[in-house]
Amino acid sequence: MELFNNTNFDFLGKKWPFIILSLILTAAGLVSLAARGGPRYGIDFRGGALVTVTFAQRPPVDKVRATLDSKGLNADVQEVQGKQDDIIGIDVRDDLALQAARQKIVDSLTGSFGLPSNGKYNVNSGGAGALADHLRDPLQAAGVPVSDQQLNDWAAAIMDYRTHHSGLIRNLDDLKSVPGITPQVLNVVKQATYADTLAIVATEVVGPKIGAELQRKAVLAVLYALGGMLVYIAFRFEWIYGVAAVIAVFHDTIITIGLFSLFNKEISLTVVAALLTLVGYSMNDTIVTFDRIRENLKILRREALEPLINRSVNQTLSRTVLTSGLTLLTALALFLFGGQVLNGFSFALVCGIIVGTYSSVFIASPILIFWHNFVEGRKNPGGSAVSVPREPAVVPKPVKEKAKVSRSAAKTK
Amino acid sequence: MNRNIQIKAAVIVAVILVCIYGMIGLPKSKADVVANWKKNIHLGLDLSGGTQLVMQVQLQDAFKAFADTAIDRMKDEFRKDNIDFTAIDRNDPNKLEDADKIEIDVKGVPVTKSAAFRSTTAEQFQEWVLTALNSTDYKLNMKPTESLKLKQDTMTQTMATIERKINGLGLTESSVQPTGRSDAEAELLVQLPGVDDPGHVKQLLQTQAVLEWDDVKDGPFNTREEGLAKHGGVLPLNTKLVATAPVSGQQAWYLVSRSPVIRGVDIRDAHASQDQSVGRWETAFVLSQEAARRFEKYTEANIGNRAAIVIDGQVISAPTIQSRISDSGRITGAAGEQEASDLALNLRAGSLPASVIYEEERTVGPSLGADSIQEGFRAGTAGLVAVVVFMLFYYKRAGINATLALIFNAVILIAALSYFDATLTLPGIAGIILTIGMAVDSNVLIFERIREELRTGKAVIAAVDAGFSKAFSTIIDTHVTTVVSCAFLFIFGTGPVKGFAVTLVIGLVANLFTAVFVSKTIFDFELSGKKQVTALSI
Repeated sequence: MELFNNTNFDFLGKKWPFIILSLILTAAGLVSLAARGGPRYGIDFRGGALVTVTFAQRPPVDKVRATLDSKGLNADVQEVQGKQDDIIGIDVRDDLALQAARQKIVDSLTGSFGLPSNGKYNVNSGGAGALADHLRDPLQAAGVPVSDQQLNDWAAAIMDYRTHHSGLIRNLDDLKSVPGITPQVLNVVKQATYADTLAIVATEVVGPKIGAELQRKAVLAVLYALGGMLVYIAFRFEWIYGVAAVIAVFHDTIITIGLFSLFNKEISLTVVAALLTLVGYSMNDTIVTFDRIRENLKILRREALEPLINRSVNQTLSRTVLTSGLTLLTALALFLFGGQVLNGFSFALVCGIIVGTYSSVFIASPILIFWHNFVEGRKNPGGSAVSVPREPAVVPKPVKEKAKVSRSAAKTK
Repeated sequence: MNRNIQIKAAVIVAVILVCIYGMIGLPKSKADVVANWKKNIHLGLDLSGGTQLVMQVQLQDAFKAFADTAIDRMKDEFRKDNIDFTAIDRNDPNKLEDADKIEIDVKGVPVTKSAAFRSTTAEQFQEWVLTALNSTDYKLNMKPTESLKLKQDTMTQTMATIERKINGLGLTESSVQPTGRSDAEAELLVQLPGVDDPGHVKQLLQTQAVLEWDDVKDGPFNTREEGLAKHGGVLPLNTKLVATAPVSGQQAWYLVSRSPVIRGVDIRDAHASQDQSVGRWETAFVLSQEAARRFEKYTEANIGNRAAIVIDGQVISAPTIQSRISDSGRITGAAGEQEASDLALNLRAGSLPASVIYEEERTVGPSLGADSIQEGFRAGTAGLVAVVVFMLFYYKRAGINATLALIFNAVILIAALSYFDATLTLPGIAGIILTIGMAVDSNVLIFERIREELRTGKAVIAAVDAGFSKAFSTIIDTHVTTVVSCAFLFIFGTGPVKGFAVTLVIGLVANLFTAVFVSKTIFDFELSGKKQVTALSI
């Protein structure tokens, strides 16, 4: 089966609508960024405290916010996306003493939404060791014969049950199904402990200094990496190819960051990893096209640059569509079913693959042509070649002259 | 099958075996497979759940302690050499950046003794540079080489101590290492897999358990002001006021000697024990030989006097010395077993040479880690299955090549991570996803090229050869470009960015092997058996 065979679409003839679309997307992103005062950084980059809480019965977000407000915590409360609706992320941006902030959030939440402890131990807090410690004496008092090893196994089994139920034991009676927990043991567990209606599943506290440092480092690393790629491509092709590839990749990154801003999504460290991935994809795509152009320049010496590039894009079209389609498929699967942790990551991938694919054709390739025409225009100022030919490039231009230029392009720089 | 293909096949089989060994070792049973896999594949904290702490070591503490020790020694030396002085003291740098601005001031050295003073300090205190302020006063600053060494020693010692403390809790998989940020030499990264409530660990680390056994000079006072007032508003030389831990809002203050009789480092062993008669928990400690001799002399001379046991700047108890004590003692007053054994652990592990400030704390509950693995894995698998099904459908027999190459690529990648002892984190998975994308791309590039060659009317074998060799230059360019960018990411990036770069580079190298070498060998193998090949399933 073949999807594309000997296609002959005039891609470059239709470059303007795409370039304008790119400009609109970039502008929209930049406006959104400007309006929101820069990207919405995750706490990795700006510092702060983030607490993720699972509730047995989720209270309204407003109520959680009000509770924290009344405790003097200026917090941003949001439902965590891509997850059953029982998780809330709470994010304190204030430059409070960070350790204190974390404890304060936890205390005010358990105070307002949790159950009173009545001197019992909360099975939805702490680990197996603490649970075993709190069960040891009550078990002994109840006359349940138990060795230390057994007790630890039970505690570990209960914690394991909790882990596999989103970190929250909703009802102590559920523990019947845990191996080793006989009705007798369960009775003791119920006497000594209680299951609170909320549990802290993750906390992150990042000092503002570290955040700024991470931000600077990540940006620098990416810029250096782009520079490295530019040099390598310039070395393997010509310098203008390197510039075109890097501009295309830069374009993809800007648009993706802009989309993050438009959709009000946070840029976290994981998203940075995704941005790196999309830089990789887009660069890969651009190089495949360039490679074909280079190959065709060697064989088809008589063809003008624009039709030659068009031909190259057409020749690699089925590969481009297949690869992008297949990777997009995987990224989409991650985006739709990958869970909350991967949500930002896969969103960046989906945007990146789409934008990265078309930028090879509609951004990187036109730059080659613009440059080519610019050089040529300077060579014969009176000539008509300065303007970009809008007509389908199938119409032959003065072929001989062009071919000469394209072959000697390296020397003219 | 010709000899060439045989050799290639042997290489491929060898690589597969090495990889499988890297992932699961030599299992004897089914359970072994799982156990070895878990042992070899390290999941990062973001996937497995656990706590990560970044802390800044307050190096100035170590500098102050170093200066205090030097001051004590100076007093002894000067006395020995009959050098008089009116005062000797140090400054009090409070910020990390000021650590090496530590300075000792010696005042009132008679002019007649200045030569002796100079020679004593030059001989005995080589870590210090002496500057005369006037004819009788001097200051001493640390030599830059020495302060660098002190910094390094403090960091090493801090890391070792934290490790001992954490291991004492049975958290053996934990790690302590410098964060590696170039401009943050005093930062440490502590990783605690499986710990979802770091409170206890942090408390244990935070409790420096700087134990001092101080000589009580005066007290108790009800307030600090009362203590000060009694001494005319100025503390006597070499003393300090220390408070007890507040008990229902009440504190008592003691005036104690600034240089302790024994310190934490003098403790050889400590353990929690229960007082048989009252049932209270206490912490018993044993002193090192040298400290025991000192302690014995001191207690003998001070029977009837009070001493203060000070832990982390708080008086825990102020017992009256009843009799001569040589090498062991008990600290009472613990609320329960946990507190007593924590103190014992802290005393055993030694105190941190400097306090720490937490700059970052991340805890991923195991349930969240498990969820994200499960969901990510499910989604990733679904995506991959879709890709494989499509390749088989679109490229038919050749799709099998691609699928084998893809699976093999993943196997090499995971095995390499295991051999390098690398940790798989979320950004690492991003690297794997890009790897898989580029692996799919390599196969697609090659197959499309072969199809193109076939269309030009080439014979099957020639078309395959041409397809591979033409696609190869493209594949090399895309791969090398990405490797170049990874090199920069690795050099200039921080933790997660580095993790991404490492997995990606491994994946790309594996891909060059699988997509080009392995896939070509499979083609060659398929084509070599037949006399005349007229059609290719691609």
